[in-house]
Parts: sequence; C-alpha cells; structure tokens
Amino acid sequence: MALTESDVRHVARLARLGLAAGEAERLRGELASILGHVSAIAALDLEGVPATSHPLDLVNVLAADEVVPAAGVEAALANAPDPVANGFRVPPIGA
Amino acid sequence: MTTYEAVIGLEIHVQLRTRTKMFCRCPNRFGDAPNANVCSVCLAHPGMLPVANGEAVRQALRVGLALGCRIPERSKFDRKNYFYPDSPKAYQISQYDQPLCAEGAFQVPGEDGGFVVGITRAHLEEDAAKTIHVGGEAGRIAGSGSSIVDFNRAGTPLLEIVTEPDLRSGEHARRFLTLLRATIVATGASDCDMEKGTLRCDANVSIRPVGSTGFGTKCELKNMNSFRFLERGIAAEIARQTALLEVGGRVTQATLHYDPSSESLTVLRTKEEADDYRYFPEPDLLPVAPSPTLLEELRAGLPELPVARIARLRDTYGLPDATAATIALTPSLADYYEELAALTGDPRLAANWTMGELSAHLNAASLEAAASPVTPPRLAALIALTVAGTVGSNAAKTVFGELVADPAVDAATIVERLGLAQVDDADELGAIVDAVLAANAAEVAAFRAGKVQLIGFFTGQVMRQSGGRADPKVVQALLNDRLR
Repeated sequence: MALTESDVRHVARLARLGLAAGEAERLRGELASILGHVSAIAALDLEGVPATSHPLDLVNVLAADEVVPAAGVEAALANAPDPVANGFRVPPIGA
Repeated sequence: MTTYEAVIGLEIHVQLRTRTKMFCRCPNRFGDAPNANVCSVCLAHPGMLPVANGEAVRQALRVGLALGCRIPERSKFDRKNYFYPDSPKAYQISQYDQPLCAEGAFQVPGEDGGFVVGITRAHLEEDAAKTIHVGGEAGRIAGSGSSIVDFNRAGTPLLEIVTEPDLRSGEHARRFLTLLRATIVATGASDCDMEKGTLRCDANVSIRPVGSTGFGTKCELKNMNSFRFLERGIAAEIARQTALLEVGGRVTQATLHYDPSSESLTVLRTKEEADDYRYFPEPDLLPVAPSPTLLEELRAGLPELPVARIARLRDTYGLPDATAATIALTPSLADYYEELAALTGDPRLAANWTMGELSAHLNAASLEAAASPVTPPRLAALIALTVAGTVGSNAAKTVFGELVADPAVDAATIVERLGLAQVDDADELGAIVDAVLAANAAEVAAFRAGKVQLIGFFTGQVMRQSGGRADPKVVQALLNDRLR
C-alpha cells in the first residue's frame, strides 16, 4: 500500500511533530523507502511462522517482589524544571 | 413504539497487592509523601530497563484462573503510546494481542436463574501517575493554571479485566461486579476497595431494538466509584440514549461522567475518530510463558470461591440464593455463619441472626465477623434460650446488645441479671390479661361484636404491662379463652 502525505501528517500529529512546508513530501519519500525495505519480508513464505516479538529466545525473566529503597524525593526532583511541594509542576493540560 | 434493550460491557481495573511496582522495585504503597516511592525506571530516565514483577504475574494468573479464563502458553507486553504528564515514558506498558489471561466465563447466580458474563481477557499493565490540577476551580482540569504530578502510583501493577457485552442492565452490572470483586478478594490479589480506587470500573453502554443482534453506538461511562453509582449511572445512560432515539435523534460516541449527587451525566469528550495508540511489542521485556506446573500449583492454591460457596450454602443449609449470596460474599461472615449453623443445628435461625443483629452490629462497629466479641458459641447459647422459650425475640435483642457490651458474660447470666426471662406462668399472665380486659371494656365489647383484629391491641397491652416479658403464645391462648 502506497504511503500518502496524509499518512505522514497523521503520524506526525500522533507524535506531536510540527511539519514545515514541504517536509511532509520529503518524509513521505524517506518513510516509504524504510517501509519498502522492511516489506521485503512479505516476499517470504511465512505460513505457520509465529511473529517474533523479541530477538532473545528467553521467557519468564521476572523479578522477586522485594523492595529496593527508592531514590527519594530529593533525587527524584533534582532535574525537575519546576518542582513544587515534593511534586513536578507541569504546564496546564489541554490548554 | 420500538422497545430497546441495553448492551453493556465493563472494563475493570484492579490494583494488585504486591510489595513492589510492576516493572521496578519501588514500594507499591499509598499514603506516602508525593514522589517518595520513585526511581529512574518509573520516572523514565533514559536507559533504564523494566523487569516484570513475578508476584504480579502470579496474582494475575490466580485471578484469571478464578474467572475461568484460558491461560495461553505465551503472553507478551506491548507499548501503548500516548502523551500525558501522568505517563513519563509517553507510553504505558500494557498487553495488546497476547494477554496473560484469555477468554473466560463467569457465572452470576440469583433467584432469577442467574446469568453468565463472558470475560474477554485480563491483562497486566502499569498504572499512571497522579495529577493534581491547581489554580482552577475545585481541582478541575478545565481552567487550571498548572498540574502537579506525583509518581508514587506510576508503574504500580494493574490487572485490566474486560468483559463481553453480555450485561443487559445496571442491576446486572452491579450484581456481576459485586461477585467479581468478592472473587478477586478471595484470591488475595487485591483488596478491591472502590472508595480507595483499588477497584475502578468503566462501562460501555449502547442500546438496540429488542431482537436485533447488531450494536448501537456506544458511550463510555468513566470511573464509577461505587456499586450503587454503577447501577444508577448505567440506568441514567440507558434512559438518555433511549430518549434520544425515541425523538428520532442519534447517539454520538462519547465519554461521559456520572455525577451521583445530581444524578446527571456530563459529556467529557466526544470521539470523532478511533484512538490510535500505535501498540507495538515492548522490546525491553521478555514474554511470559506460565508453565503447566505453575498453573496447577496456583489452581490448587485457590480458596473456595464465592460462586462455589453460594452454591454450597444454598445446598447444604437450604438457604435462599439471596441469603446465601449475602453471606458468602464476605468470607469471614460465611465462616462465622457455618460455625453458628453447626452449633445451633438450625441453619435458618442461624442465617436470620447472621443477617440481622450480627450484621447490624458488625457494620456499626466496622468489624470483621471473626473479631466480634459475640463469638459463635456465645450467640448459639442465646439462640438456644430463644428456642427453649426462655427469652422472647425483643428480650433476645437486648441480650445480644449486652453480649456485645460485655465479652465476659454469657447469655443465660444476662437474662437472669436483667430479669428478661419470658413469663409463661398462666396465673401470673392471667391476672394481667384480666386487668387489661377490665380496663378496656369498650374494646372488649367491640371485639365480641366482630372486630376481631382488636386481638392485636389486647396482646400489645398485655405485653406492655408485662414489661415485654410475656410469652406471646401463652398470652394469645389466655385472651382467646377469656374473650370467647
């Protein structure tokens, strides 16, 4: 299926990316070439082959439910641009 | 006019009772200072790697088995992408096409024959952070100046349970959720407290003409935080949609909030297009493949579940479904009841006391049955006195109150101390009966003239004069004898 400029705009909107004039067309070409590369798989006969969700052939890598002391609020807020009362202040949502 | 039926499915989020979060080892604990329980993983610092909590997987599997779900050989985690300050990674780790627990069926018993609710799936995911909106009106997001984020809840384990659209009314939804909650609590996976938010429920509601098999446009009711509000909110939404269709309008897909105080629905947002979360497999986590041995172990470790207990209480003790359900939904109450039934040898009477005085006392004192000062043997001794006719029903309630107040004293001692023993002495009661009849000559005449319902009046008078201690059966016999 051919990638359209409107697909590119849709993906950009989902990723909250602003596109300058002409960028959608340029990116359409670049994205199409990447997708074209991956679509080489479609030429193979994959009947009955399960999709790979992870390259490592491991399962059940699980941690014991034992607390490791947390970083602490000071360390947590060390990089906060606008800390307030032990919290991260963020700009109004949906404004 | 077209008659409509409702089609309802629920999405339930349950906070699992683990010590640590889903993908890091920060404490999974509430009530601490904001951002006290956070680390580089749940704050999404670059390069940090999540590791799934084995206990959360076990708890989720226990719930899945209890709900009759199929447990697939393999399940995986996926990223659900969205932007919001409560999600520092800009995605939530969830499960998309390979959930831990797949389709199941859950039986809700009842006097009406009950019904079955299909479980679509139950999957693990992480909870979001808590945001507090400041500078606006009453914590509302609209008009707020900014929001403050507390990441203590970010990354804590959630089990999302999705049902098939098998429910047909708010009442069905309430009955289902009540039993589902009791079942999850029985597995030990969560305390499922709607007020604390450890159990949250959204409902998808649509209506269609009766007999049709298609689906109408659905609306989503968000976060109903009590069983009663769930029932009422759904009823209100069904009424809203029905009213729309009846005047030739149509339902617009929307997310709504039900306000129980005004019993009104507010549209939070309408959905112009389908959500696009661009799910893809989480590369930082490996698949989970529960072994048959593990599943067998978890299955064997499940306690008797509420559905089974309801059936057993009904069949063993001959209780009506509703009574069996009320008792079975609280395991400690059911344990108490079974001990009381055995001690008294009278399951019906034991059920009446368990549902009546005992439950009222437990609710008033916020006690579990096992913690009540009125132990089953103490209550059984009181019940024995009522069966023997030593105390009447009103006096028995007084005795019960005394059993609550003084854990050291037994029922017989209270009866003696307070002089509550029922009077069945025909001479003593006969004198009272005579006095009452003499003092109410007009009523006696009316009775003899055919106003036989006055027997209740005479009985009441005699009971009062005896200080409530007269044996009503003896009083009735005496009255009938004198008035004939």
